[in-house]
Amino acid sequence: MSLFFHEVKTEQLLFWRNRESAFFTFLLPVIFFLVFGSIYGNSTITKEHLRAAPFLEAGMIGYGVASTAFAGLAITMVIRRESGVLKRIRATPLPPATYLLAVLLSTFIVFLIETALIIVIGRLLFSVAVPDRPFSFLVALVIGSAAFAAMGLGLTSAVRSSEGSSAVVNFVYLPMAIISGTFFTPKGYPGFLRAIADVLPLTYFTKLTRNVMVRHEHIWTQGGSLAAVLLWGAIGLIAAIRGFRWQPRDG
Amino acid sequence: MNAVTVRDLRKSYGDHEALRGIDFTIEAGEVFGLLGPNGAGKTTTVEILEGYRRPDGGKVEVLGVDPQKSGPAWRERIGVMLQSSSLYPALTVRESLRVFGGYYAAPRDADEVIGIVGLVEKSDARVRTLSGGQKRRLDLGLALVGDPELVFLDEPTTGFDPGARRTAWDTIRELRALGKTILLTTHYLDEAEQLADRVAVLRDGVIIREGSPAELTGGIVETEIRYLRGEEEVVERMVDPTRRLHELTAEAIARGEELAGLEVRRPTLEDIYLELTGE
Repeated sequence: MSLFFHEVKTEQLLFWRNRESAFFTFLLPVIFFLVFGSIYGNSTITKEHLRAAPFLEAGMIGYGVASTAFAGLAITMVIRRESGVLKRIRATPLPPATYLLAVLLSTFIVFLIETALIIVIGRLLFSVAVPDRPFSFLVALVIGSAAFAAMGLGLTSAVRSSEGSSAVVNFVYLPMAIISGTFFTPKGYPGFLRAIADVLPLTYFTKLTRNVMVRHEHIWTQGGSLAAVLLWGAIGLIAAIRGFRWQPRDG
Repeated sequence: MNAVTVRDLRKSYGDHEALRGIDFTIEAGEVFGLLGPNGAGKTTTVEILEGYRRPDGGKVEVLGVDPQKSGPAWRERIGVMLQSSSLYPALTVRESLRVFGGYYAAPRDADEVIGIVGLVEKSDARVRTLSGGQKRRLDLGLALVGDPELVFLDEPTTGFDPGARRTAWDTIRELRALGKTILLTTHYLDEAEQLADRVAVLRDGVIIREGSPAELTGGIVETEIRYLRGEEEVVERMVDPTRRLHELTAEAIARGEELAGLEVRRPTLEDIYLELTGE
């Protein structure tokens, strides 16, 4: 247990010490929330006559899970693999499962802090109510974080070099974030984009958080979205188990 | 007791036979040098012993355990310095040692290790600001921080300046004095000659010579005398150079001249090695 917490502490130190990762994976969703919230937070969404700000807030939490648990984790793990750090860790008494669980918990802590920051900004600047289904909300965050982290680890096997990691990961996750409707509702998208959105995991995670946060639903009423997120998580997990490597490509 | 036992070890990558059945043992407390040109199979051998690679055939025991069936308790007892540097650039030297020390039950104190590898002035420097040689010294420190019984050093001083190499050699001698077992691979023959109790020379996946550095060089006992006669360099080789040397110097003194370019040397491990590996 002390090994586990030692590693969680180490992961936190490494994350916050690295300015690039702290900015791109942690602050970017917050900044987007500030920018888009200022632009159209007060406009109304016609059908339900709701303000856009709460929808955007839930969407930015979805963007946050993609950026911290998926993109940030994938890039970090590729860099560690290619720089030989994972190989070095394999030679220490730290058990691989303890290591990976600590990495996942640390990623979740970062995502949780980011989510709290988004909620505080939403409350203070855009008058968005704090989520009133705390249990359902927390369960959604845990499941989303686990599923996207599994996909992030699964993606690492497709990336061959540290230099290419940002490019490959951004190529996957930026279009996903936009098409999934984290910034805007996907309802007005043209048909082919809707069709793509319908298979993307982030669409379902965003739908899940929106229904819990804005429409005050309990999580157990959201079976379809939950199933879609978990299915994608399972696909990621299988890819990670089959393809995850501890050693650099050339060693 | 043997710290390492290797019997008929074989490993192929596709059609390429990297190891063609090698045998050697390393006794506890010994410094064992694995020498050979690039592609000879040194790193393959070391990485099988470290548990990274699975052998195709033969028997391997490291500290009484098959590395493929090893666990955290076994890893407590080994220290690994990989061939390429593998560090967190954002951490300081001391933080790196504390992070990796934290994985072991009874680690050495971070500042003690910093002293051993000679990075005291860099204790609070970020790893990304270190020179290549300083990074390698930190790699060495990380291999030692768990206070292991058996240390694998894969080309530990590559890229060091001469002063840093001497310091690293002193560190390795200190480790030996503490009773640690060390497996060292190196390109530098003087390094093996200086540090290793026994040396194995590997070529094309086969051990072609094994013994103490003195035994390896002992096979050829001719000493070489070189000097200049006018413009021309003269090289003479003989088993007993004392008499000839006396004649040469006596003649020179009689002529009242300096014996220009005089050199007397025994064959080094390098000479033997170059002869053996055909380089």
